[in-house]
Amino acid sequence: MALSTSSAITLHINGEKHSLPVDHRTTLLDALREHLDLTGTKKGCDHGQCGACTVLLDGRRAVSCLQLAVAAEGRAVTTIEGVADGERLHPVQEAFLDLDGYQCGYCTPGQVCSALAVIEEHAAGWPSAVTADVSPDAGPPALTAEEIRERMSGNLCRCGAYVSIVQAVARAAAATQSSNTPDSDGTSHAADAADAAVSA
Amino acid sequence: MTTVTTSTAGTTGSVGAAHARLEGRDKVTGAARYAGEVPFAELAHGWLVLSTITRGRIRSVETGPVLEMPGVLTVLHHGNAPRIDGNYQGMMGPPDPVIQVFQHDRVPHAGWPVALVVAETSEQAREAAESLVVRYEEEPHDVVFGAGSPGAYVPDSETPTEKGDVEAELASSAVVVDAEYTTPEEHHSAMEPHAAMARWDSGRLEVVDSNQGSMWVASELAKLFSLDPGAVRVRSEHVGGAFGAKGIRPHQVCAVMAATVLHRPVRVVLTRRQTFSLVGYRSPTAQRVRLGADADGRLRAVDHQALSVTSTVHEFLERSADAGRAMYAADALHTVNRLVRVDVPTPTFMRAPGEAPGSFALESALDELAEKCGIDPIALRARNEPAVGPASGLPFSSRNLLACFDEGAARFGWAQRDPRPGIRREGRWLLGTGTAASSFPSGAAPSTASVTAEADGSFTVRITAADVGTGARTALTLIAADALEVAPERIRMKIADSDFGPAMVAGGSMGTRSWAWAVTTAAADLREQLALGGGIPPQGITVRADTGAAVQALTQKERHSFGAQFAEVAVDVTSGEVRVRRMLGVFAAGRIVNPLTARSQFIGGMTWGLSMALHEEAVRDQASGGHVGADLAGYHFAAHADVPPIEAAWVEDPDPDDPVGIKGIGEIGIVGAAAAIANAVWHATGVRHRNLPIRPDRVLQAGTAAHGAG
Amino acid sequence: MREFGYQRASDVQGAVALLGADPGARALGGGTNLVDLMKTGVERPAQLVDIRELPLDRIETTDDGGLRIGATVTNSDLAAHPEVRRRYPALAQAVLAGASGQLRNMATVGGNLLQRTRCGYFTDVTQACNKRSPGSGCPAVEGEHHQHAILGASAHCVAVHPSDMGVALAAFDAVVHYETADGPGELPLAEFYLPVGTTPHLETALPPGALITGLTLPPAPVAAASRYRKVRERASYAFAIGSIAAALDVRDGVVHEVRLAFGAVASRPWRAREAERALTGGPATAEAFGAAADAELAAAAPLPHNGYKVTLMRNLVVAVLTELAEEAAR
Repeated sequence: MALSTSSAITLHINGEKHSLPVDHRTTLLDALREHLDLTGTKKGCDHGQCGACTVLLDGRRAVSCLQLAVAAEGRAVTTIEGVADGERLHPVQEAFLDLDGYQCGYCTPGQVCSALAVIEEHAAGWPSAVTADVSPDAGPPALTAEEIRERMSGNLCRCGAYVSIVQAVARAAAATQSSNTPDSDGTSHAADAADAAVSA
Repeated sequence: MTTVTTSTAGTTGSVGAAHARLEGRDKVTGAARYAGEVPFAELAHGWLVLSTITRGRIRSVETGPVLEMPGVLTVLHHGNAPRIDGNYQGMMGPPDPVIQVFQHDRVPHAGWPVALVVAETSEQAREAAESLVVRYEEEPHDVVFGAGSPGAYVPDSETPTEKGDVEAELASSAVVVDAEYTTPEEHHSAMEPHAAMARWDSGRLEVVDSNQGSMWVASELAKLFSLDPGAVRVRSEHVGGAFGAKGIRPHQVCAVMAATVLHRPVRVVLTRRQTFSLVGYRSPTAQRVRLGADADGRLRAVDHQALSVTSTVHEFLERSADAGRAMYAADALHTVNRLVRVDVPTPTFMRAPGEAPGSFALESALDELAEKCGIDPIALRARNEPAVGPASGLPFSSRNLLACFDEGAARFGWAQRDPRPGIRREGRWLLGTGTAASSFPSGAAPSTASVTAEADGSFTVRITAADVGTGARTALTLIAADALEVAPERIRMKIADSDFGPAMVAGGSMGTRSWAWAVTTAAADLREQLALGGGIPPQGITVRADTGAAVQALTQKERHSFGAQFAEVAVDVTSGEVRVRRMLGVFAAGRIVNPLTARSQFIGGMTWGLSMALHEEAVRDQASGGHVGADLAGYHFAAHADVPPIEAAWVEDPDPDDPVGIKGIGEIGIVGAAAAIANAVWHATGVRHRNLPIRPDRVLQAGTAAHGAG
Repeated sequence: MREFGYQRASDVQGAVALLGADPGARALGGGTNLVDLMKTGVERPAQLVDIRELPLDRIETTDDGGLRIGATVTNSDLAAHPEVRRRYPALAQAVLAGASGQLRNMATVGGNLLQRTRCGYFTDVTQACNKRSPGSGCPAVEGEHHQHAILGASAHCVAVHPSDMGVALAAFDAVVHYETADGPGELPLAEFYLPVGTTPHLETALPPGALITGLTLPPAPVAAASRYRKVRERASYAFAIGSIAAALDVRDGVVHEVRLAFGAVASRPWRAREAERALTGGPATAEAFGAAADAELAAAAPLPHNGYKVTLMRNLVVAVLTELAEEAAR
């Protein structure tokens, strides 16, 4: 029996349900851009090699170009359109705007989504490839400029805005941490890292 | 980053003050729509099919089975495509024949467009395009390029510089550097792949595009399709990077053809892989530089011979040897650019064409000369500072190269540098620093603009400018605000619409300068009109300006931006890894309109220089004639982790002959940056790397001259 | 990409039944490699069996003190797991050195083991490739191969395995567990990948229709002092041109136990057993490390443009083992 090559699915995007028929070949990226008119998520390479299509899937960053739409059913998708709180920009977006963390803007939605996740992953204590000691007993690494660069490396920027992007992520991380964790330890920690990144 | 001096000109002070991008909010929220993102009813999707052979003829295009596939609307190819006329002189000369799609059965290089499949959805178009069987009659090809390539010639467009007797001066020089340098094929790789939508609307052709010049693209399309220029409208609101690659390209022509045949809107978006063969690239270069000097470093001879590649169907010359024409005083100066033709796509302009690869060779050679003479590289450059253009004898409009070096040396800590190579170690890393000079021609081209005084007290500026990420939209707003003596909030800046009239493209570091000139002129004329008094009618008062005559009237001078590049690197010669630890660029590049975005542009260019030095290289398979790894995993450009803190600063250097004082800053950041890094690698290891990129395998094999030195 | 069916499996038996019934079926985990290859036309499955919801997403300590890692555990969760980081730090480092944060969140352990080479001829369907299209030839041998294999390759294929994770798993004697319609099975990693020989298209010893359910890491106290180092042509987000997973237990200046595996030098993660043999019981000195590397690399057969890898791997062995020895001495 020939299998159906399309399905009717419901996607949960930015808190809203969208029901649509999809060709199984349709990636989440194409579903967003071609079928749901959510064009903020960008297609730079279509092969997971640039990060422009980064969205959050169940709160974790993912490249939507390699995520089949049909396989995303039942998962919470957050795109760049869902990052700001209405008219109020997220601190990451504010920092990109203020520090000119972009030029052409095409990689920007992916950079912003990735930055949101980087801040959360760091807060969860995840190490990175540049963390000197990955042992959990070593404690979480400071979110230095070097850590930010490594963690953001899956988002290419051809204009070469990396220097400002790293500063923006550091600033937003400091702002996020100081608003979320009022304990003095965490606050000074993040603020130090931001200063280090900005002055470096 | 701090501005060294603040600008004094400007009437309301908008120019010179940091201003966030006007479209910034749209960019960080995803609201900014790029060419492939504007919705149209009844939109069909075109997918290109490219040749899988490198040279030969198309024997057949087997459209039958593909036309039976779901959703497929048509397959255009040389057997059925509308005829177009590519026999014309465009804005940049005759067009690259690659844009004259489907007009004959010849295949002159790998990745040549052979068909366009159009379908209801992009998935259907893609599957059908990949299923399309094209049969070829293959012929032998040659894609090999190198210093010894046979058939090198001096093209008609090249006038070699011949001043003095180079051979005699070299013979009488106390110190001679004679070295060959190579740079590989490099690709623009804008993050947004090319995309265009074409449709016919009430007898007019409308194209939504991503380009560097909507008037440019509109005029080429009008010529190709034999249309009245006024019957074509091209818009390009947001552009996801361009760098020289976004002019007239096959996808726009395909979209227009398909829209014409199908009577409905058609969008054609290139895949990343397709961009590697369809949108141009920077030619690989093989360069020989010979420098002859007295023992104290005074140059007697400069000889720069550059070889680059072009296709068999079109001539594009990468003018690498031009890099030194205005740089150093020497008794004898010889520069020449040569070409070889092989079966490859035609190269094109890419950020700092000529100067980027040329400065790598020349500024590396200067460093080698400094080493041989035993003098500081900055002192060497100061010693050879020319009073007038070394080749032309013309005066400089302004030349503040040494001010850049002075400022840069102070900021970078150059005075503390021990010139000996290979003596600094930190763990597994050898450390070194390097410097290089930077320059790029400054120019302006005729442009038109209109400024409307609206009845509500605001002003609307219309100009066919393009903001390819440079911040042009914001910069022009600041310029208009100052010219009209109002706050920037009262300016509505409308750009990137060919209906606004002829204007310079975003290219050659000339866009903002050329557009600013037109906007300033129109604004001044409008202010004169408004000064006469009287009310503003409901439709407003509009003044148009054309800078053609004014630009033509510019006196001949050596007009250039200059800069000093500094880099510190760490090299692990046991793994071959090179890491740049910091970079500094100080530029004398005219008046800086928006320090916030200018800094980004300088740093962006320097990041390109880093990327060029260490990463970028497209690899062509000689047997097949096509690329290997034509994607962003195979073609590496710098990622976040590669890019250290980079600082950009500038010295005051307004162009006295420009109404705003602008020189242009789009290219200069990359110029000299790769040389500064290569020179730093030498300082770290004692080994010269004359072939880019400085890959780990090359570093490993070259080893180090440092053993025993420390 | 050709059209395909899609089914979501809710239990292992169901998934195995679907995979066993259709030779054109492929298991879909994170999709980071499979969907990529479907787009390039290298993979053309008739149906995908989505295994993401299978209960294979846990990391547990085994009775003997090792770890059991489910097949659908994401690379991110593997690298973030406290027991992995504490007891097998080279494994966490290897995973973190691979791909990007986004891809690690999607990619699964099972998929990582099964990922295909990134050889530019393999991924371009317009080119000949014995791995993709048996008998068509290997253009890399005469063409672009500066990133290709120096060990265990053949004239039929010189591609390298792209995994970082697999290199650490090879060093730690991981065992791959799978399920088929006929029941479960297991393969030590050393036997999981087939030699290249004349059949580069046959990559693993998994029986047809098998689903990887997970892997086990036997207890390995030596792994607590381990390191993964990767060299690539960009500082991040690039495949290795050479990498090494190493673990070292030095007692009184003598190598008590050593584990060494190389990445990006062969069609599979390369366990350096010759080097391990040469080192065990001998002095923990740079000279001994170098001699051991030479013993391993004696079998290397570099091509014209990848001979540097012999030097690179030797240098990495010396550098990383020296670091581990110095740290142990502190």
